[in-house]
Amino acid sequence: MTPSKKGFTVPLLKQGKVADDTFVRIGDEDPLPDQGDVIVGLSRWQADRDELTRHKGSLGVELAVGESPSEIEGDLAHFDVIALDFPAFSDGRAFSSARLLRERHGFQGEIRAVGDVELEQLHFMARVGFDSFLIESDDPEKDWTTAQADLDLWYQPTEDGHTTVRQKRRR
Amino acid sequence: MYQYDEFDREFVEQRAKQFARQVERRLAGELPEDKFKPLRLMNGLYLQLHAYMLRINVPYGCLSSEQMRKLAHVSRLYDKSYGHLTTRQNMQLNWIRLVDMPEILNELASVNMHGIQSSGNCIRNITADEYAGVAADEIEDPRIYCEFLRQWSSLHPEFSFLPRKFKISVTGSPNDRAAVMAHDIGLRLYKNEEGESGFEVFVGGGLGRTPFVGKSIRTFLPTEHILSYCEAILRVYNQLGRRDNKYKARIKVLVHETGIDKIRELVEAEWESIRDGALNLPEEDIALIRARFTPPRYEAPLDSEDELKALREKNPDFDRWVDQQLAEHKQPGYSIVNISCTPIGKPPGDISSDQMEAVADLADLYSMGELRVTHNQNLVFTDVRRQDLFKLWQALVEIDLETANHGLITDTICCPGLDYCALANARSIPVAEKISNAFADHERQKEIGEIYINMSGCINACGHHHVGNIGILGVDKKNSELYQLMLGGSAKEDASIGKILGRGFDEDGIVTAVENVVDTYLEIRTDGETFIETHRRVGDDPFKERLYGASPKTR
Repeated sequence: MTPSKKGFTVPLLKQGKVADDTFVRIGDEDPLPDQGDVIVGLSRWQADRDELTRHKGSLGVELAVGESPSEIEGDLAHFDVIALDFPAFSDGRAFSSARLLRERHGFQGEIRAVGDVELEQLHFMARVGFDSFLIESDDPEKDWTTAQADLDLWYQPTEDGHTTVRQKRRR
Repeated sequence: MYQYDEFDREFVEQRAKQFARQVERRLAGELPEDKFKPLRLMNGLYLQLHAYMLRINVPYGCLSSEQMRKLAHVSRLYDKSYGHLTTRQNMQLNWIRLVDMPEILNELASVNMHGIQSSGNCIRNITADEYAGVAADEIEDPRIYCEFLRQWSSLHPEFSFLPRKFKISVTGSPNDRAAVMAHDIGLRLYKNEEGESGFEVFVGGGLGRTPFVGKSIRTFLPTEHILSYCEAILRVYNQLGRRDNKYKARIKVLVHETGIDKIRELVEAEWESIRDGALNLPEEDIALIRARFTPPRYEAPLDSEDELKALREKNPDFDRWVDQQLAEHKQPGYSIVNISCTPIGKPPGDISSDQMEAVADLADLYSMGELRVTHNQNLVFTDVRRQDLFKLWQALVEIDLETANHGLITDTICCPGLDYCALANARSIPVAEKISNAFADHERQKEIGEIYINMSGCINACGHHHVGNIGILGVDKKNSELYQLMLGGSAKEDASIGKILGRGFDEDGIVTAVENVVDTYLEIRTDGETFIETHRRVGDDPFKERLYGASPKTR
């Protein structure tokens, strides 16, 4: 569970629904709980990987902007979740990271958007491979429906299963 | 030109609806300005000094008469009955109200127009040679690839929140009219020794605070790879471009700080992983897009040359116009006609709603319903039968668009400046007008010959001052406007960046200074030498001496 800047819990949006967030974000200096699902930062993972791989519970890693997916490309099998941080609405680095994780490194687990996540980016995020979102919103499910209803035509091929305009034309 | 299909139309309509929804959220207070800003910018809506400005895309400069008529209507109804042609081949409306935006976007969408990505930190409107597809000197028509780039870059899910804006320009001619080396990516379409089509790819060009000429990152890229190669460049840039300082965030700074060889290595490695993927353009897809470009209906030419000659002899003004405004068409019996929207003493690139409407009608009559916007802030009729030239000229006289100054000193590029722009430090339009008036005499302009004056009202360089043969930069010095002069820039295939000559001038002083520079050139040029050639031969010294007195070195 992630407390928001305003103090209450930020809801997790997954497959269009608000879902229980079983993961706890563990800081670099925090003690590792005996059990339960945890997400750690890249440096914690690199420092404590043996301990973390023995951990009872699901494991996730969070990449800050500037931390490249290639740093964990050999470790992906250990992670159920990879969280990618958006430090600001305007910082689009994590869009590339998500695509690389899905399309280059073949990561099949959950890719979670955290940080400054807003309705107006959900459709972009979904297209590059994000499938869960920690979103500060009064009604995340409505946000998801709104974003989905906005656009259903895309020119760019990504590996999200959408048919592109180019593919539609060929039919 | 390219005809939208059902998908392209639907896309623009969806996008217009989406923005209407975003405006609603903004007006309801659900979306704070810091989040609304990138969204409105991605729809071309800019907040200027006095009002919102809407920048409407004209994809690679191509405009139909129907679209021009719509621009006339929109500018009349929602703005102050004029528009402004920009150096990126777009049209700006300067007095827009936010509440009108949804309706304006609907109006524009009805003719397949929009402001998607005409602003903001995303891939901007693709620009191209204004004579694309019709120029006699063209090797291959770049518009098909521009169209693929337009589609690929529209709401790109990965590249819509870049470190900074990103501009791509394409030419298919060795004579660069698209300033490709002043762009983030510049593409030069040509045929290699084996006769295959491909692009030379330039990266990291740009003006602004730190001007750079683009560097060649790949000398030959087969055309089928154009999208994957651009995607590779953008991916490297999106990850590594600086975000700590907006003035260092363009790809030119990344290329400069990292070095072109290292950037090439990163881009090529990225490209290797995606080059044969879904972005590859097989011939069948290219054929589909090619088929959506209306083929020009050229007719066998009438032999009108004798008649034309007689008309020119009888009408010196017409003669001058033909001499100045025409460019060679690939089709016999046709001409490319440049229409100056930079008349003597008037704001460069402004066009009234009435003129837009009239020009649209003339394009139907004399240019197969098509026109172009040029990066010099003028218009082009692409397909004019030579037997129609006189009628076209007479009609242009009626609407004050017959100025014969194409490529001459009064055909300046100029940004909106402090009269409109929130970023500007100095006015630019009034100064451009004064310079234009000083050189109004046509014979004098002809005597001076080809020369480009570019002027910006601040260091962001929307008026491309670095690549003007004579560049003028307005700055604010102790609360008064000061104009710096630079010489030696070029936006063409021999691209170069001008250097500041010396201390700046006030508003009238800069006009005199330009006259002195030009007089110096006239005195020292050799036969047939253009201004830029003379400057490259002699350097700054003779000009400096005239403006500031003898330097210690030459004394």
